[in-house]
Amino acid sequence: MIEEQLYKEMILDVIRDPRNRGEIDNPDFEAVLENPLCGDEVRIQIELENSNQKAENRVIKKALFSGNGCAISQAGASLLAQNIEGKRLDQVKNLKTSDILKLIGIKPNPTRMGCALLSLETLREALLSSAKS
Amino acid sequence: MLLDTQKIRKDFPILARKIHNKPLIYFDNAATSQKPRQVIEAVSAHYSQHNANVHRGVHKLTEEATEAYEVARKKIALFVNAGDSRQIVFVRNATEAINLVAYSWGRKNVGKGDEILLTETEHHSNLIPWQQLAKEKGARLKFISVNAAGELELNKLEGLVTEKTKLVGMVHVSNVLGTINSVKQIIERIRKVNPNTKIIIDGAQAVPHIPVSIQHINPDFYAFTGHKMLGPSGIGVLYAKKEILENMDPFLFGGDMILRVSLEGSSWNYIPWKFEAGTPNIEGAVGLGAAVDYLKFIGMKEVREHEKELTSYALEKLREVKNLEMYGSRDVEKRVGVISFNIVKEGKMAIHPHDLVSILDAEGIEARSGRLCAEPLLSKLKIEAAARVSFHVYNTKQEIDALVPAIEKAKRIFKI
Repeated sequence: MIEEQLYKEMILDVIRDPRNRGEIDNPDFEAVLENPLCGDEVRIQIELENSNQKAENRVIKKALFSGNGCAISQAGASLLAQNIEGKRLDQVKNLKTSDILKLIGIKPNPTRMGCALLSLETLREALLSSAKS
Repeated sequence: MLLDTQKIRKDFPILARKIHNKPLIYFDNAATSQKPRQVIEAVSAHYSQHNANVHRGVHKLTEEATEAYEVARKKIALFVNAGDSRQIVFVRNATEAINLVAYSWGRKNVGKGDEILLTETEHHSNLIPWQQLAKEKGARLKFISVNAAGELELNKLEGLVTEKTKLVGMVHVSNVLGTINSVKQIIERIRKVNPNTKIIIDGAQAVPHIPVSIQHINPDFYAFTGHKMLGPSGIGVLYAKKEILENMDPFLFGGDMILRVSLEGSSWNYIPWKFEAGTPNIEGAVGLGAAVDYLKFIGMKEVREHEKELTSYALEKLREVKNLEMYGSRDVEKRVGVISFNIVKEGKMAIHPHDLVSILDAEGIEARSGRLCAEPLLSKLKIEAAARVSFHVYNTKQEIDALVPAIEKAKRIFKI
């Protein structure tokens, strides 16, 4: 059943009590993207651990998302933010479509794919934003 | 009175389809309608029997194609009681019709400091062309506001129209709320304040669902589209008064819109062809002619009665659904079969419409979700997005019965 594929219990739990939701006052990286089809909006903010190393070798100390939209986009953002915390920046740079789908655990149809991938695209956009250090 | 949907449904081949193994329930008619075989066959017959270019050459086929194209124009003019069929310009869709006016009429007649009055309930197609024009010319956009119940605040109308008001643009039927605006009376009131103000009505959601007499409404411009009224996509209509069309410059330049051409200059064809540069959508016009025949055969009064009864039934059924919030008037006399709604809990959207509509889709119910191409209206109603169902001649009460358990299922999945 399609709705069971789309709305697994896990996703519904995530949106009822989303982890890593919030805002960082002074993030090292951030971006906000919108899916014009449905108006979903996801902001991802990243704070790196302090160290003298260049940014890509530093560890993500905190990753938070905010925004609004459908269950799939918001759960995706929550799961992605949780997933990247504690990883080195260069480890998350190459996250692929298949990685985010694995995280969310669903196979959306083409029209909902944009919702599922919105957080990944936002992350990529954020990593392109200039680091403040 | 309901229409004989059992009979009508047999005319729409797509309604035999299954969606996710469930019978298709098509509730996205405000986006586009389905097509009866009479329309599909008319388009097909044009290609298999009469295809040639129009208004060119003297051979038999071009004569047949031209005849079919121009007969379609006359049928459409009659259908909306537009008077002289030269006032019917074929375009791609209502959006193109409005853009044609904004480019040809607007850029010549609207200047710095002039005012364009719109409503807050416009579809983006009757907002953005005017935003652009205002930006380009230094004109000012003003708006007739909408209240929380989704009604236009027309008591302020006379105060909003001034001697600087060059144009008023207004939707005939809202694509979000289904509200039918009393455009005839509103136009009379506008002209009392400023008889020189031109008025454009966006009839994209009106012509498919209610009897429309353009001469009775008496606007300067009226736009509508074929694909929402059982016709093909890619064909739409701009109605404009003859004397306005005659004084307007062409929008697109090229073949078919000229009388005489030399290397130095050209003179323009007569109306409406002056505005139909290039080879037009001939089969689209023919298909729209067939759609008009089909709707006329049923009768637009009967279409309206059918949809009114469905709307009344749906409003009643949806009112019984807990946590369901509907937008727009409760009075079916004032609205068509377009119902936007959300599942809310404690004053907040509890299921995003995109999720809700995905679950309806799994039940074979095709509905719409999102900002419905009317973002300013949704902002005004303080909603991020909405789910929308909309009806046409082939929809039934049984289909509305199936909608309710599908919504309940979504609520169960989301534990509401």
